[in-house]
Amino acid sequence: MIRTVQTEQIIENIKEMCIEANHYLSSDMDKAMKTAVETEKSELGKKILNQLQDNLKIADEEMIPICQDTGMAVIFLEVGQDVHFEGIAIEDAINEGVRRGYTEGFLRKSVVGDPLIRENTKDNTPAVIHYSIVPGDKVKITLAPKGFGSENMSRVFMLKPADGMEGVKNAILTAVKDAGPNACPPMVVGVGVGGTFEKCALLAKQALTRPVDEHSDVPYVKEMEIEMLERINKLGIGPGGLGGTTTALAVNINTYPTHIAGLPVAINICCHVNRHVVREL
Amino acid sequence: MDKHITTPITAEVTKDLKSGDYVYITGTIYVARDAAHKRMIEALDRGEGLPIDIKDATIYYMGPSPAREGRPIGSAGPTTASRMDKYAPTLLNLGEKAMIGKGKRTKEVIDAIIRNQAVYFAAIGGAGALLSKCITSSEIVCYEDLGAEAIRKIEVKDFPVIVVVDSEGNNLYETAIREFCEE
Repeated sequence: MIRTVQTEQIIENIKEMCIEANHYLSSDMDKAMKTAVETEKSELGKKILNQLQDNLKIADEEMIPICQDTGMAVIFLEVGQDVHFEGIAIEDAINEGVRRGYTEGFLRKSVVGDPLIRENTKDNTPAVIHYSIVPGDKVKITLAPKGFGSENMSRVFMLKPADGMEGVKNAILTAVKDAGPNACPPMVVGVGVGGTFEKCALLAKQALTRPVDEHSDVPYVKEMEIEMLERINKLGIGPGGLGGTTTALAVNINTYPTHIAGLPVAINICCHVNRHVVREL
Repeated sequence: MDKHITTPITAEVTKDLKSGDYVYITGTIYVARDAAHKRMIEALDRGEGLPIDIKDATIYYMGPSPAREGRPIGSAGPTTASRMDKYAPTLLNLGEKAMIGKGKRTKEVIDAIIRNQAVYFAAIGGAGALLSKCITSSEIVCYEDLGAEAIRKIEVKDFPVIVVVDSEGNNLYETAIREFCEE
């Protein structure tokens, strides 16, 4: 049975989601940030984490974006194969939602139309959109506006199969160490292992949208997530990169089959806001 | 140590600031980021003057979100300072005394800080809503076409920052991490 979804609904939902993601922390991140205040060992680190709590309260109560870098809008659109869209082209609808959200929500327009000519598009479009077709008649929208302080510190490594588990762990530690204070720690570390060059980067981005209080279903991956979070928090980087025991709030690792000759690893680093909002239509 | 200072931040002021000090700034500071820095340096290269008074100036690396009605500014936290590393030594040599941003600096910038008795402060990354409350006014000085990247002059009151690199070149990003590193 075909279900019709009006693209006007997509526009309105994306608009609201842009505003929501930039003013309110998701519940998983909120919990992780509150726990960090309790566990942080550095006095300055604790002070910074408390100020970040104050920041969240002001953002929520006074409708000031949590961070001035309200990001480039990254959207994962999972479309049920029994859905028929009615209205304007779906890509135009998504961008119209972003345009309205960023304009009506007083969010910063941070997108340039060409990477080298660098003229601001003035409405934060276009979004970066990843589509997938799934069974069913629903449309699932995941919006993750990405700031570039942390995006700039992300890495892809094309490792050799012989590098194995140790190689992957070292790649994660290298990326986090290099990111240091630039990525607005405490950070969330999204890791993609496997696939191809572009697939591992996408896996890493998707890993960031997974709740930070849940682990991978794959037992060895779950163990690696726990071990890497512990090791990252022993690096000493701390809140704001000014020393401490809370460098990361979570390490989320997603995996995918790969080629016999390769071991691609991507590390997508996100700040302590790690904006992600999900809605199903 | 907690310290309160007022602008202009002169060499007299910077010599008493030590890496790790928690400092509250009150007074006038400029706001500029990548595109504005690029234009300022291009103006100098053409033999023109700078659009701001650089002597003893403090530059905050920041691009705010739009202000809602009745407010001086939107969210206003620091951006990554390393993107200004290419331009900073020239401005420091011309008299800029303080930079506010977040993240690591190059050796060239740190050398210029020492040479010019300047200072590099970090503001808390991702605390844009909180920091906006310490900004009492904001006006665009030039490069308005750059939107969020225009140069602004802002008034701040008890704006909280931490001394990362002091005028002697001590670097908190290196020393503080060593204290907690167990890996």
